[in-house]
Amino acid sequence: MHPVIKLVVQRLALGLLLMLAVSALIFFGVEALPGDAAQAMLGQSATPEALANLREKMGLNEPMLWRYGHWLFGFMTGDMGVALTNGESIAKAVGGRLGNTLFLAFWAALISVPLAITLGLVAARYNGRWPDRLISGITLATISLPEFVAGYLVLYILAVKLHWFPAMSMVFPGMGVFERLSAIILPVIVLVMVVLAHMMRMTRAAILNVMQSAYIETAELKGLSPLTVIWRHAFPNAIAPVVNVVMLNLAYLVVGVVVVEVVFVYPGMGQYLVDHVTKRDLPVVQACGMIFAAVYIGLNIFADVVSILANPRLRHPK
Amino acid sequence: MRRIPISALIGLILTGGFFFVAIFAQLIAPYRMDELVGGVWDPISATHWLGTDSIGRDLLTRMIYGAQVTIFVATCATILSFVTGSVLGFIAATAGGWVDQALSRLVDLVMAIPTLILSLVILTALDVTMINLILVMGFLDSTRVFRLSRAVAVDITVMDYVEAARLRGEKQGWIIFSEVLPNALSPLVAELGLRFIFAVLFISTLSFLGLGVQPPLADWGGLVKENSAGLVYGIPAALAPAIAIAALAISVNLVADWVLSRTTSLKGGRGA
Amino acid sequence: MLDSAKPKPALLEIKNLRIEATSYPPGEPPRKVVLVDDVSVSVEQGKVLGLIGESGAGKSTIGLSAMSFGRGGVQLSGGQVMLNGRDIRTAGPSDLRALRGREVTYVAQSAAAAFNPAKRLMEQVIETSLHHKLMSRAEAEARAVELFRKLGLPNPETFGTRYPHQVSGGQLQRAMTAMALCPKPDLVIFDEPTTALDVTTQIDVLVAIKAAIRDTGVAALYITHDLAVVAQVADHILVLRGGKKVEYGTTDQIINTPQQAYTQALVSVRSIDHIEKADAAPVLSVANITARYKGTTFDVLKNVTVDLPAGQTLAVVGESGSGKSTLARVITGLLPAAQGRITFAGRTLSPDLASRSKDDLRELQMIYQMADTAMNPRQTVGTIIGRPLEFYFGLKGAAKRARIQELLDEIEMGAGFIDRYPAELSGGQKQRVCIARALAAKPKLIICDEVTSALDPLVADGILKLLLSLQAREGVAYLFITHDLATVKAIADKIAVMYRGQVVRYGSKTDVLTPPFDDYTDLLLSSVPEMKLGWLEEVLASRKMESGGN
Repeated sequence: MHPVIKLVVQRLALGLLLMLAVSALIFFGVEALPGDAAQAMLGQSATPEALANLREKMGLNEPMLWRYGHWLFGFMTGDMGVALTNGESIAKAVGGRLGNTLFLAFWAALISVPLAITLGLVAARYNGRWPDRLISGITLATISLPEFVAGYLVLYILAVKLHWFPAMSMVFPGMGVFERLSAIILPVIVLVMVVLAHMMRMTRAAILNVMQSAYIETAELKGLSPLTVIWRHAFPNAIAPVVNVVMLNLAYLVVGVVVVEVVFVYPGMGQYLVDHVTKRDLPVVQACGMIFAAVYIGLNIFADVVSILANPRLRHPK
Repeated sequence: MRRIPISALIGLILTGGFFFVAIFAQLIAPYRMDELVGGVWDPISATHWLGTDSIGRDLLTRMIYGAQVTIFVATCATILSFVTGSVLGFIAATAGGWVDQALSRLVDLVMAIPTLILSLVILTALDVTMINLILVMGFLDSTRVFRLSRAVAVDITVMDYVEAARLRGEKQGWIIFSEVLPNALSPLVAELGLRFIFAVLFISTLSFLGLGVQPPLADWGGLVKENSAGLVYGIPAALAPAIAIAALAISVNLVADWVLSRTTSLKGGRGA
Repeated sequence: MLDSAKPKPALLEIKNLRIEATSYPPGEPPRKVVLVDDVSVSVEQGKVLGLIGESGAGKSTIGLSAMSFGRGGVQLSGGQVMLNGRDIRTAGPSDLRALRGREVTYVAQSAAAAFNPAKRLMEQVIETSLHHKLMSRAEAEARAVELFRKLGLPNPETFGTRYPHQVSGGQLQRAMTAMALCPKPDLVIFDEPTTALDVTTQIDVLVAIKAAIRDTGVAALYITHDLAVVAQVADHILVLRGGKKVEYGTTDQIINTPQQAYTQALVSVRSIDHIEKADAAPVLSVANITARYKGTTFDVLKNVTVDLPAGQTLAVVGESGSGKSTLARVITGLLPAAQGRITFAGRTLSPDLASRSKDDLRELQMIYQMADTAMNPRQTVGTIIGRPLEFYFGLKGAAKRARIQELLDEIEMGAGFIDRYPAELSGGQKQRVCIARALAAKPKLIICDEVTSALDPLVADGILKLLLSLQAREGVAYLFITHDLATVKAIADKIAVMYRGQVVRYGSKTDVLTPPFDDYTDLLLSSVPEMKLGWLEEVLASRKMESGGN
């Protein structure tokens, strides 16, 4: 087998193993904490009878390993169980909300990724001069802003004071694409704000790292124009680090979504998760945790696979 | 002693100011923390410099106590994450073998889940008390300190001067404290600032989501949440704690940047 | 490019060149540093000028000025750089792009870093020719293959289809030469092209470069710190020191009748006359040592047996990968031997470090190649030297300080150094402090692992002299690991030649260096450049004769 295929397969297998370990952590980690889900839901003042009833209902009296196996198998076959609070199917509730969240994240990524790479290139090109300084200043400011602060600042200025956009991002089934888009403008702006500076700065660092290689000097000494140097010599070597940067920030975006959805009352996964954390609805929280972790791990695997594929040493072994 | 750059000076003064307010909150605050002193969201006035909050408490007073809560929780979590992370990191780096493998894989696993998501899962099952918040934040964040301190220590332990100490017959303790630690300090000090910022942002976010500090106590994130409903009606009360969070984070960042550039250029650092 | 019927003006004429850089010390205002000051020199068509000097002499900076290129903020701030009759120092970017790669090309020290890892060699070798539209792709490829052949690369027809990581260091250096010659430039800058190579590889590359220069009639700037190397290829030599010109002359004049004291020192470097001592009882006996790294099945050392007489020097010589540094690790106990026995000062040494007695550790000290990383940057010289005094002898306070002072005197450094940090010392001073730290333990044996190879020749000479005088005074034995045969001749009483984990030749210095040789020792010895004109041709002639005779 070609070593690249072998490495990619290995990486994918490792990802699956990691996912399995994560599921165990999410399941047993919660079990190991003091108190149990039933106690947490009913609070300290619950009567023993109520507690016992709920335990029975939640299946908490079964052996732990059996419950884990049951839960994991259900998860893989699309059955995530039911929410404790209202008895609704979790899978059904997640279905629509996941779509909403991905819609939001997709547009945020679509705007921020090309913008960040372009600006990162500009900053690298003008390394040390004013465009670069401006960018690092803005970066400092935005990494110090938690998502909800950025969210309220944007909301207050653009929606409340200037009345440019609606303050709430209500979306519902049957809404047209254009209406949906106009509803999510504010959360998308906030998400772009939150990841842009980071992504830009890391892109800049990755490009500068490549530009400082000796082979770039070789290319310059061949008399090639700056653009040719970048396109022909820097770019092929910068793909892997830049993809890494993008994936890392998209993973970051996934977390940002949770908070931003709460700020704008957007009916996505994040709001669903936070709602049910407040209600102590463990099955819902575990399911959402698994989904977020899977997206996060998936993005990281993708970045690693691109690195493997882009490495000439691996593609053309001795 | 070289002059302190202006940005670091601003950062130092602001950080110092925030800590001063936090420590002496009880003395500085004009009112009691949960004292109702006016109407709902009274505007800024001579008696209420920042106006009043969603149920008529003095916002400035709430902000001052908020500083105390925010900084206290963040400081405790930072110390916890730092001590746990760096001790385990150094142990992993110097011991090597299965100890290193076990710790490193465990950290990989915890870091495979976004910190906010994992802490939400944990806080579902755990009572939200201040102690639990600090423990959860501290331990989850110690994974990052672990990675950094392990990497730094591994870089140092392969140096010839550490090998020379081993050949001399020095004990493990001497090697860690006299050879490795002094050289690992400057990257770790800069990291301390970054971890503190992370802790501030994290506790604020949790409180904003309603899963952090519980009422009537409130940190800045909680204050944003309490007053956020007013924003849609054009009442900017929620912006004051929001700006305070950003200001604290930025000033600590400025200091951390300066510490990093200064310690690496110290005598005996890289370069002359 | 110029009409050859007319009298030829100089191809490159540098007049009163001044080069500056801006340095940014942290926390201080930036300041200008003069790298090159008032240097004038010229190169005629088809001639080779050698630029020689120690690190910091400005030789690479001057070399790159021939392309009007300054690395990382370096500015050509004064004087003239006349190339083909025009001043290129002040030329604009598009003019510079037109001349770089067409009139002047560059061969870097580390070809491994200078080739783009993501592109095939052929693509990179012919890129300049295509970019400047000097020839068609077919012509360029044909020329590249011809150059590959001329430079002695294996399978020249298909060599270009490989990626840089798929060929060896020596081959890559030759490929870089092919890349420089492909567009038929007027001038090639060779920047230490053989410095990173093993000595037996260096000679092949040197021969290839010399033949290529001769066959193509190109002019060259040959930059190196090794006078013996440049003597083989240059017509003229410019000796530089601290950015200033020391001496300029024909190669013959510089090598045989140097005028300046500095040049004389460079020419006579490593001519320390060391007469080997008579055999004595061994302080160290290494018997049948076999060793391998954890988790591998390959023996890095195979059945190694050597003796080192007390108070004498055993030089272990070999190229990279010969196992000479592994031998040091086995003797120190860092890598316990799989088989064999080490006897030290009459005792059998336990194979691994942890179970050795404090006296074993004390009497066996080590000095490293990179003095920079061998000293804790956060400790002062006093702490560094004082620690073994405290650790082994329990010295404290004034007694310790007095002994540190004594040791500093022994390494010919003054009292002022005791409170300094390593970063405040020069390369030679750092290595001296490491020697003092080893001496502080009052050892019977010091293992010296390439201790002079990171130093400039004159500084290295000083270190060798110091080591010899310390040996005469203290009676300490050295196990001297090196790849440099000139160093071996200067210091050794006994020599062990290592090749692929085995000792191929062992004995007294005279015996080892006197024919008849085994094949490897012969190759190794004959590959070391000698400070005389025509040495390269002599070696080639004798090698051809031998292979003709076989």
